[in-house]
Order: sequence, then structure tokens, then C-alpha cells
Amino acid sequence: MQRNGPIALAFHILVVTFVLAPLVIICLVAFTPENTLTLPTTGISLRWFKAVFAHPDFVTSFWNSIWLATISATLSVALAVPAALAISRYSFPGRDFLNALFLSPLIIPHLVLGVAFLRLFALIGVGGSFAWLVATHIIVVTPYVLRLVLAALSGLDRSAEQAARTLGAGEWTTFRRITAPMILPGITGGWLLAFINSFDELTMSIFVTSPATVTLPVRMYMYATESIDPMMAAVSALMIALTAVAMLVLDRTFGLDRILVGQR
Amino acid sequence: MIRRSPFTFAPWLLAGPGALFFFGLVILPLCLTVILSFHAYDHSKGIQDTFTLSHYAAVVTDEYYLSIFLRTLRISALTTLICAAIGVPEAYILSRMRDPWRSVFLLVIIGPLLVSVVVRAFGWSMLLGSQGILNQALHLLGLPSAKILYTETAIVIALVHVMLPFMVIPVWTALQKLDPMVEAAAWTLGASRFTALRRIVMPQVSLGVLSGSLIVFGLSASAFAVPALLGGRRLKMAATLVYDEYLQELNWPLGAAIAIIVLVANLCIMLAYNRMIEVRARRTLG
Amino acid sequence: MAFLNLEQVSKDFGPVTAVCNVSLGIEKGEFVSLLGPSGCGKTTTLQMIAGLVEPSGGRISLDGRDITYEKPNRRGLGVVFQSYALFPHMTVAENVAFGLEMRRVPRSERNERVREALSLVQLASFADRYPRQLSGGQRQRVAIARALVISPPVLLLDEPLSNLDAKLREEMQFELRRIQRKVGTTTIMVTHDQAEALSISDRVVVMEAGRMTQVDAPYRLYEQPSNAFISSFVGKTNLLAGKWRRNGASAYVEIKGISLEAPIADLSDAAPVMLSIRPEKILLREPGAGRLDGRVTNRFFLGSQWLFTIETVAGTMTVAIPNQGGDPPLEGSAVGLDWTLTNLRVIPDTANL
Repeated sequence: MQRNGPIALAFHILVVTFVLAPLVIICLVAFTPENTLTLPTTGISLRWFKAVFAHPDFVTSFWNSIWLATISATLSVALAVPAALAISRYSFPGRDFLNALFLSPLIIPHLVLGVAFLRLFALIGVGGSFAWLVATHIIVVTPYVLRLVLAALSGLDRSAEQAARTLGAGEWTTFRRITAPMILPGITGGWLLAFINSFDELTMSIFVTSPATVTLPVRMYMYATESIDPMMAAVSALMIALTAVAMLVLDRTFGLDRILVGQR
Repeated sequence: MIRRSPFTFAPWLLAGPGALFFFGLVILPLCLTVILSFHAYDHSKGIQDTFTLSHYAAVVTDEYYLSIFLRTLRISALTTLICAAIGVPEAYILSRMRDPWRSVFLLVIIGPLLVSVVVRAFGWSMLLGSQGILNQALHLLGLPSAKILYTETAIVIALVHVMLPFMVIPVWTALQKLDPMVEAAAWTLGASRFTALRRIVMPQVSLGVLSGSLIVFGLSASAFAVPALLGGRRLKMAATLVYDEYLQELNWPLGAAIAIIVLVANLCIMLAYNRMIEVRARRTLG
Repeated sequence: MAFLNLEQVSKDFGPVTAVCNVSLGIEKGEFVSLLGPSGCGKTTTLQMIAGLVEPSGGRISLDGRDITYEKPNRRGLGVVFQSYALFPHMTVAENVAFGLEMRRVPRSERNERVREALSLVQLASFADRYPRQLSGGQRQRVAIARALVISPPVLLLDEPLSNLDAKLREEMQFELRRIQRKVGTTTIMVTHDQAEALSISDRVVVMEAGRMTQVDAPYRLYEQPSNAFISSFVGKTNLLAGKWRRNGASAYVEIKGISLEAPIADLSDAAPVMLSIRPEKILLREPGAGRLDGRVTNRFFLGSQWLFTIETVAGTMTVAIPNQGGDPPLEGSAVGLDWTLTNLRVIPDTANL
């Protein structure tokens, strides 16, 4: 309607600066040729990026995180889509409870989930295996997928499905040919959101990873508490670059604001 | 369009596997943790099979733990307040921008949500450290250096940075639902810009502000990475305390008790929020 | 000078000119409609009067006072928005009272005026409801009451009836006119519905592509449209393209090899023109008894009237005949078409110059 005044714009610039400052600093410091965390004033160097790729712990953790995020995002889609169909399409006793159960990891602090998994794994003696780490990540990311798929299903025009049925399609054919393509954006958006959340997860993972399954955020956390050198900045800059690329892809394909604003 | 007809196994076949999985990995571990928090603990012999309330008693009587809880509350409240003070006007400014600026800046503000918290906390530690950019700038201006890193101020600054999107998103969503002509209608009826904001816009986004505040408060109170990286060894919050009890002191039952307190506090906030929304909905729907 | 005066008012949005040199004087107590298709600049014009859009050029004055750049909250005009823009978190009474509150009217007087305004729009018993509990027509009337309660010198209505269903729209047209007559407020209404504009306005302003093209009483607008666009936009008409010929004291128009007698017009010989004749002005005769022969290709029964499409040498014509109870010509039958010469309009065909 009406434009923002000069005071509003000044405020806006301050907020944007505040939001971007730590990210910009990281990306600058990552290029320093010095041994300490300084802005690259004497020249620009890639030595710390080379150091990251030569550091076996970071490389291993990176691949751990990629596999972990890929597998848990995929399995959580496999779990959330049928669950969303059951919740949105049927009325059955315990429906509200099921919905609450699937969404509960959103309101349980990750810290609490972490210690709870730790206790469970200690009791059944499976601590530290990759498969169980995947299981914990599925718990954490499934709510995001479920919410996007539920939103896609509720926004669906049911008459298109009814039209398919009147044209002779069976229930499964209708799902495969009509429903699934229509909720595909929700599913894909949910998968990507699950991937990113799993890839970034720290607080819970710190309790359930073993030396062999350390994820990248946990590795970075441990590194940051022990030593402070520009390698940390280089890893962080790589993470920021990766996230920026993911954001760009997400935005081009689905509209990032839609997916993020749907998230809470 | 919900099927009510005869009993069908279909929903159970569809949701059953997931439900079992969630039951085994959410409800069961939480119950185990509650039980664990009542187990006695001996420093030389570890977890005992006897039950006791002593961990909860210790937490609510020991000044050390109380001070950590108080600090957690203080920091979370301050973070929430600052997030609201920054996030609400920013969401309003964003909503009045034109495309493409609107979508670009919306992404700038909420995009960092996708960047790992460790990265963002590390960024702030570089900005605020004793040799950090802020102090270098102060030095250049001939001002004395400020000790910010490893203080509550550092934690609050970084938490605000991490939590800001969680405030902007619900307020933005509420603003999107607003008919832009409603504000114009107030102007034509004689309201000044400020009165229209206060009387017409604010009441309609207050639910968004409330929901944002509760999310920010809940997440801040259980935040781990920011206090761990910016608070240092001595400045603990609830989450770092639990971490230390579990992984340093190895006193799991005490850690479990603290974790349960954090969980219950979180659930209370969420329940209170739901109640508030229901009451509000009933009032406006009559 | 008129009560509300627009002089050479223009509005550009970047390179796009939304409104171009609109000049219009509106007298006290008048009900004027701005009529045009979407995107013709009528809503922008209204918003400039309301103060929600700043003009790029020109001058707007109210009762001799220049209000061109005055803030909307200082103008004191009543505005009814297309979406109604009711305050969803306030009751009906609170909505209506808002403008009085801004004017610091004491509470007792405020309550009294709110009650009066609500009974004017027949919603007295809905004072404590919230907007979402009302039907579309009721919300509309709350919006009118809210705009009228501050006794504005001018009431601005932006497509006030477009969100209502057909039957309700018709009722609200008369309701709107009743309220306006009773209160006597100068009113400007924006609409894209010609029937709406014709039925309730004292004068209609037709806008096309940001410009005013005709300002007239509804009756004259209908009978004497100034161009081909208006003649087909306002009501239905048959348009036949041809060449105008003068023949001494009379004139005729050549259409596809035949000639039809036409009224005298101030045109040069052989000028391209459009003949316009309204469907209800055509009479059906026996074949050969009219001015033009044709064959019925379709007939539709509309209850109060019959609608025919008739194929003639000059082109396809639509004819409306009142339903008198008899059985009119069947599809396929030959008929003659006749009309009074004064009902035939000759419009210079600017598109074919």
C-alpha cells in the first residue's frame, strides 16, 4: 500500500546487517593466510580450505552427515506419506493421538530426546551404531515431512480424485496417477527440509554419536571447543556455501518462503 | 470429506508402522528417562537400583542449580523480548515492501534458519571475542576494548540471531492474512498512522507475536550450542548443565531429572499457548 | 465551482498512466458512478479522492478547499472498500464507533450515533456480533454504516456490490439508493456493472483506458452513447458497420450492398460509421413489411421476454420482444425487422478511419 519511511528503512538495514554479519565474517576469515582468526588483510589464501580437505576427520564426518541425512530423509518420507494419508483421509479412534505423537518431536527439546535415546540405547546395548543414529534422526525430521504432506493433502481438490474414480480408475491407480503427482511438491519440499534439518542437527546427535559415526556439526562443535584456528572458519564457509546452494535450489523449485513459513 | 463408514483396517495399515516406530523411540525412551531420574546414584558405584527423589530435591534446593535455572529463564526472557522488539517491526516492514525486494529480504531474514547453529555461534564468537572484529573496531576508534565473549550478553546476542526467524515467521504469516485495505479504512476514518498500527494492525498480529514468543522462549530455554560455545565453561544454562551431568560427571539420574524439568516446563508453555488460542477463538467466534 | 472538483487529475505508476487528465465536478447531494471495465483507472481515481493514492498531477478540491495532498485521516471522507475492510477483531458496534472515537466524540453521543447508523442499515440487533458472524450483505451494510456515521461530506464506494450474489446485489442496489436519498450525502461509486450504474446514479462517468469518455445521466448514456465502445458496454446493442451517404434532406447507410435509411448527422459523405440499434427497439413484422428481411436462427425464452437471433443480409441481429402471451415466430421462419428512425444511432467508426 504505502512505502516504508526512512526510519523504517534504516531499521531494516540494521536488522539485515545483524543477520548477515556473523555469516559474512566467517566467509571472509576463511580466506586468511595467517595462523589466527583474522580478516585477510595481507592477502587471500586457500590454505585453510586445503587443510579441511586434508583433514580426515572432517572428510569422514562430512560423508557421515550426507549419508545420514539422505537415508533418514528418505525413510521419513516413506513413513510420513502413508501416515498423512491415514490422518487426513480416515476417521478412526486414536487419530488425534497419532497426529500428536508424530508431531511431538517438534515440542520436545532435542536435548531431552538426546538423553532419552542415550538411556534407551544403553539399556538395550546398541549405542553408537549408524542404523540407530538414523532411527533417531528419522524421529526428529518426520514431523517436518508430515506437516508439509498434510498441508498438501488438505489443499488438494478432492473432486479431481472423484473424477478419476468416475472415469474408471481404481483406488491405487487414483493415488498413483492423480493424488501422488498433486502432493509431490509437498513430498519433495518435506524431503529437502528433512535433509537439511538432519544435516544440521547437533544437540541430539551429540548424545547418540560414537567416534565412528560423528556427524559434521558434532565434529565442528568438538573442534571449536578444543582449538581455535581458521580451519573452523573454512569448514563453516563451506557449510554456508552448501546451504546457500540448497536454498537456491529450494527457492527455484518450490519457493523457499512457502516451505520455511510452513515450518515453525 | 472424511470417511466415517464401516470399520476399516486401512488407516492402521498406513500409519501403524510409523506409530510403532514413534512409540518405541519417543514414548518408551522418555518413560525410561523419567524412571532414570528417580534412580539413586553413587559416585563410585554408578546408577543404583533404589529409587529416590533426591535429584529433584537437589535441583530445587541447591543454589548452584537454582542459579543456572534462573540464568536460563533470564536469558530466555531477554532473548524473547529482544526478538519481539526486532522481529515484529521487521516483519511489518517486510510486508510493506514490493517484490522482488520483499521475497529477497524475507529469504535473507529467515534463510539463516537453514545454516547450522554451530556455524552461527562460531561466527559470533569471532565477532565478539577479545581479539574479535568488534574489539578491533573499538581499538581503531581509540575506545577501550569490551569483554563480551563468555558473558550473558554474548549468549543473548547469538540467541537473538538464531531465534529471530522463529519470531518473524508467525508475525509475517499473520500480516499476510491481513486485508491491506483494513489499515487504509482506519486512515479514512480519521486514525493517524500510529493509531491505525496500534488499534487495527497490532491486535490482529498479537496472536502471531504470542506464538513467536513462546517458540523463541522454549527454544532458548533448551538451547545448547550457543551457551556451550559462547558461554564458556562457567556460564552454564540448563542444556549445557544436562550435557555436563551426562558426559562429564556421568551422573545420569541427576541429568535426567534436569532434562525432565526442562521438558515439563516446555510442555506447560505449549499447553498454556493452546489454551490461550482456544479461549481467544471462542471469544471472537462468540 | 462544484462541491467536489477534480481538475486535470492524472496518475502514473512508473511508465504506466493509470489515470489521464480527469476533470469532473460533482454537486452536493449527487450520486455519481464511475463506470468502466477493469483496469480503466476508475478505482485509482476513487483512491486519489480518498487520499490513499497521491496524484501525479492535477488538483482535487472539496467545498473550495484544496485537498490534493491532504492525508486520508484529515479528509473526513467516508469510504466503503470492495473487501469491506471491516476490523475483524472488533464487534459491529466497535467497528462503526471507530471513526467517532478518532474524532473524540463523547461516549454517550457516540453510542447514540452508532445506534442510529445501525438502524439506518437495519442491523440494530447485530451490534455485538463480530464481522465473521455476518453474511456478505450484512458486512456490506456495516461498512456503509461505518462510513456514514462520521457524517462525511462525500461517500466513496469502491465496487460495493461486486462481492454479493446476483439476487442480493439487486436488493442492495435499491437499499444503497434508499440510504443515500435519506441521508443526502454526495456519493461516488466505482463499478464495472453497467446495470448497477444505470439503476442508482444521477450521473454516470464512463472511463476507458484512464480517460473519461462520456459523462451523462443514465437515460441519455443509454440512448445516446458517444462511441461504439459505450454503446455495447452500456446495455446490449446491434452494431452494423457501413458507409454513411447523404441524399439531399435525407441520408442512408450502405451495408453489404443494401442501403438503410439513417438519421441526418454531421458527417462527410462516404464516412465509415457504425449503425447502432438496441434489441428492444426492433419490432417484428411480416416478411417484406419492415426495413430489413431476415430469418430466425434461434429463439430463447427469458420469461418476461423472447430473445431472437435473426440472420439478415446486413449481419446477425439480436431482437428482444416482450412476452405478451402469444406464440412468436418459430426458428427458421422468415420475418421483417422494423424500427423508428430516431432509435437508430449513427456513430462515427473511428476504428475504420
